[in-house]
Amino acid sequence: MTTPVAAEHRHRARVRGRGLARRRGTSVTMIALTCVAAAIAIVPLLLIFGYLLREGAGALSVDFFTNMPRPVGETGGGMANAIVGTLILVGIASTVGLPVGIGAGLYLAEHGGTRVANLVRFLADVLNGLPSIVMGIFAWQFLVRPFGHFSALAGGAAIGAMMIPLVTRTTEEMVRTVPGSLREAALALGYPRWRTSLQIVLRTALGGIVTGVLVAVARVAGETAPLLFTAFGNQFWSTNVTEPIAALPLQVFVYAISPYDEWHAQAWAGALVLIALVLLISVLARVAVRARHGRPND
Amino acid sequence: METRRLASAVATANRPALSTGVVEPGERRGPTSAAGRRASIEGTVLADRVYRWAVLAFALCIPLLLLVIFVEVGRAGWPALRQFGFAFLTTSVWDPVAGEFGAAPAIVGTILTSLIALLIATPLALGGAIFLSDFSPSWLRQPLSFLIDLLAAVPSVVYGLWGVFVLLPLLRETVMPFLRDTLHLGATPFFSGPAYGPSLLAAGLILSIMVLPYVAAVSREVLLAVPRAQREAALALGATRWETITGAVLPYARSGIIGGVILGLGRALGETMAVTMVIGNRHELSASLFAPGYTMASLIANEFTEATSDIHLSALMAVGFVLLLITLSVNGIARWLVWRTGGRRA
Repeated sequence: MTTPVAAEHRHRARVRGRGLARRRGTSVTMIALTCVAAAIAIVPLLLIFGYLLREGAGALSVDFFTNMPRPVGETGGGMANAIVGTLILVGIASTVGLPVGIGAGLYLAEHGGTRVANLVRFLADVLNGLPSIVMGIFAWQFLVRPFGHFSALAGGAAIGAMMIPLVTRTTEEMVRTVPGSLREAALALGYPRWRTSLQIVLRTALGGIVTGVLVAVARVAGETAPLLFTAFGNQFWSTNVTEPIAALPLQVFVYAISPYDEWHAQAWAGALVLIALVLLISVLARVAVRARHGRPND
Repeated sequence: METRRLASAVATANRPALSTGVVEPGERRGPTSAAGRRASIEGTVLADRVYRWAVLAFALCIPLLLLVIFVEVGRAGWPALRQFGFAFLTTSVWDPVAGEFGAAPAIVGTILTSLIALLIATPLALGGAIFLSDFSPSWLRQPLSFLIDLLAAVPSVVYGLWGVFVLLPLLRETVMPFLRDTLHLGATPFFSGPAYGPSLLAAGLILSIMVLPYVAAVSREVLLAVPRAQREAALALGATRWETITGAVLPYARSGIIGGVILGLGRALGETMAVTMVIGNRHELSASLFAPGYTMASLIANEFTEATSDIHLSALMAVGFVLLLITLSVNGIARWLVWRTGGRRA
């Protein structure tokens, strides 16, 4: 392997013949190009938000939040059931994903150097890259097929499993930022290890962990693929977790691929609400960080 | 500062209900006899052991979950894999009525769309990351990073919706005719045929938008991890700012950036909803990027609820298993490369 410094020597030998002006010109051009690349990278984002606002805001009304979906031809339909369904699904997901994620994160932070820890850390990253559709068919095979019917529980568990690696890695990182002296001081005062971990270390890192949790929640709230064959969707009002349940992203998908213009408008409105929900959670996450860093006794 | 934080933490933690019999600072309570004290110390040791095993159990849930996913999906796909053997990967008949299944078009479609996505996203993401790490004015750095990260927060189905109603008409009416007729690329097999809109090209484009933030985030992270001295040395030797990047920074960050690109590849391979909505869902091999196609993920999403026969279901599970194998190995390689360079977050 050539070291970067050696590469630089070769590089310099190669360019020595060229004029400084030309080299400076290349430099300026390339820097400008990187700037252009950064600009192009955010164009799609602006386009998507622009269309969402233009198309979605028109279809958005109070009805959208309070009414049930209506058949084509009837006006005033909404997605009340899907909004509540998404909240229920996220609730189930958090119940499944948070204890495991936070527990595993604590383990990784406190016993980080062991072989087991390295393996778990690596596999958490691998799990993070698991395609959501694979999680969907797995949840179907594992939680739907044996019981013979779709259910909110299966859907919530599927997206809860997707939260685990995210929560694990942020918990680990946040717990690691807690100064070792804090832990040592607690231990020196005679605190048992488990209380030191849960009441001193975890408490201190809580702000950062809340942020990580919210980021994970925001991500799974918009997931569709794992819900296709688990939560399945429901045109009717249902809060029963053993029954199929409606979800905002599912409803957006169904309406988007339908042939009806009214449903398309509903899909845009649903997408706008979905993204507003995701952004709201992300902003909460940022506020949580700020609250942590801006605490009066820090 | 730390002691004050500790004091407040201890004060709040020091609720009487949670007594463990440990002698607290500044007070004497709990068992005073030697035997009692020994019992309480043993209790603490036991509690510590329980705590340690509990967090270990949570940690072991992760390998266990992966293992169960692997075994369950593999088991469900086994009947199809056994019946069709290696031909499952290489033939392109997909006939649920006759019970004949070959996943080649979906596999090729997956790889093709992912490559288009990377081809478009990598230069933009890398350029953007270099700009952010080295050239951006500091007031612009944070908002710009935030916006690019925001791209990763947009749900897949929203990309799909936008793709169906904005990208597809644009492709059908402007981009495809332009590529085919104005640039005369229609003479090559890759850009020929009717311009419907839903196509491999559309899927590749939407994927490129979706993987860009991942590649950009990892690249930025890795570039920022390159030591300052590396840059300063190059500048001191007389390199221009751009030569510093190509000569001293990029070689140092190379394997991390490649890791980021492969990570993006992993995302693209497994992406489902947006692709399902714009790819056209047709099980056929075609050289033209204008033709509708399938990816493995969209094939499953599209047919799973309609699968009636056991062998159809098993074939879809087998597709899922192949996808699982591919993405797991791609991700494994990517993580290893990123870790080697010292970029930690991804």
